[in-house]
Amino acid sequence: MTTFADTRVERRRRPARRTGATVARPGFVWAAPATLFFLLFAVLPLVLVAVLSFTDWDGLGAPQYAGLDNWKALIHDHTMIQSLWLSVLITVLGVAVQTPLSILLGVWAAGHQRNRAILSAVYFVPLLLSATAVSILWRALLDPNFGVPSQARWLFGDGNLFGKQASAIGVLVFVGAWQYTPFHTLIYQGAARAIPQVLYQAAQIDGASTVRQFWHITLPQLRNTMITSMILMVVGGLTTFDTVLILTQGGPGTDTTISAYYMYEQAFKSFDFGGGSAIALVLVLVATVISLIVVKVSGYDKMRSSSEGL
Amino acid sequence: MKRRPNYLAGLGSLVWLFLIGLPLYVMLAATLQDRSDYAANGPLAFPKHITLHNYTQDFSNGFGHFFLNTVLVTAAVVAIVLLVIPPLSYAIVRSRGPITTGVFRLFLLGLAIPAQAVIVPMFYVISKAGLYDNLIGVILPTAAFSLPVCALVLTGVMRDITSDLYEAMAMDGASPSRVFFQLVLPLSKGGLSTIVVFSALQAWNGFLFPLVLTQSDSSKVITLGLFNFQTEHGIDIPGLLAAVVLSMLPIFIVYLFARRALVQGLMGVGGK
Repeated sequence: MTTFADTRVERRRRPARRTGATVARPGFVWAAPATLFFLLFAVLPLVLVAVLSFTDWDGLGAPQYAGLDNWKALIHDHTMIQSLWLSVLITVLGVAVQTPLSILLGVWAAGHQRNRAILSAVYFVPLLLSATAVSILWRALLDPNFGVPSQARWLFGDGNLFGKQASAIGVLVFVGAWQYTPFHTLIYQGAARAIPQVLYQAAQIDGASTVRQFWHITLPQLRNTMITSMILMVVGGLTTFDTVLILTQGGPGTDTTISAYYMYEQAFKSFDFGGGSAIALVLVLVATVISLIVVKVSGYDKMRSSSEGL
Repeated sequence: MKRRPNYLAGLGSLVWLFLIGLPLYVMLAATLQDRSDYAANGPLAFPKHITLHNYTQDFSNGFGHFFLNTVLVTAAVVAIVLLVIPPLSYAIVRSRGPITTGVFRLFLLGLAIPAQAVIVPMFYVISKAGLYDNLIGVILPTAAFSLPVCALVLTGVMRDITSDLYEAMAMDGASPSRVFFQLVLPLSKGGLSTIVVFSALQAWNGFLFPLVLTQSDSSKVITLGLFNFQTEHGIDIPGLLAAVVLSMLPIFIVYLFARRALVQGLMGVGGK
């Protein structure tokens, strides 16, 4: 994340315009309450997660130092390895489904037509539901006995979507898309509205079709937004938790036990808080590394403006 | 510029409307009928005998209390954010010291910390502090985890205050606190409303911290109430869905009357 910080810092160091009056500036005291609060309740726990991963703790007594035990166990733990693959799979599927959908919807909703404004207002309703509420809604809708699948057996077979790995993963990806696509649609809508109209006018004079305009103007102009949106999807996907807890409980068996859920199970169900901490640390590292790779590969840190060439 | 209507996009948008609208319809229809009617007629049928029984029953099952708890948590989180973030952002934007630069980096790094990653140590810290199963124990981490985005939003807004304005106030010999209250705060109203909405949503929808930091009914928030309802009485789908509707009602009201502020708060951006 240093890359974001660097650009900001440079902006701050831009020499200020000198005039007569010296402006009274606030001291560090102004920043102290927020900083202390944040150190105590966000940074300290992050440090502690590393410490706890070297201990044995059942959640009640005092944590006992256990050396590398948790880490050794983790490396040989098949469920852990599988959970990482499942996390990556669900994340990749999520990005693959949500990105094209939200780009198309966002660009569509960016139009100022009246019908689009009305429909967009409905599209954004899932945003008003918490992740918990969305998962519970879909669990009820897809209930094998009382839900929609029991009404449409021609489409859903035996109606138990939670009974097989492929369909359970499908449900998780679908519910994730239902819940988060509106958010990303909003991001793309804002970005698409910011594209200078001059570009489209020029293309129209050249006789470019709507489809060509989309490929050659809209998509390239949305590049920065795509990266931002994808980073959010990746971090969100890797830390998916509520959806799994409520929809599948990691099942059938351990077929949808992704890392974040596995960590919760280890710590709060099996009372192995040390092992849970080790999984948590792996999660943080994986999410950070992937975000950094996306930023580096895309050259996001070097990009300053999407209006180059205007 | 005149464009002809794009029929393909129109068709696609209708498909999406169906995918969004159908679940919402099923949800509302289910909550308005008795459990036996819902089981007999299936989820897609229009309710024959409309009743509000599910809603009243949820209230008598403790949802009123969970609702109040959630209001309390939300108000406290917003209060903490409003107390610490404006001075912080002011210091980041205006202070010249190396410490505040470091502080800003700290909060940027904080953006990358997923809450999931810290639930185990948070459980440890909150238990040690004697705040387990106490609403304060939910409020503190929830507020802490909404700080980075709020700091980022508000510093962005405060940076847009031009230096001419500061200099004009300096001519009058204004102290940092007078500059803060008379210049910076009034000019950051948009940003302030964004961080209020953002942190309120984080608190209202928060699930993970209440899940691992509370236990008893007396300190249960509404998301956790939903989860418990589902695990304990999962077959009472109309009652469960009525609770889901109740949980989103306040946000829906804000959406109707202050859509712009809500959307900006949801995204954690803007405020101009």
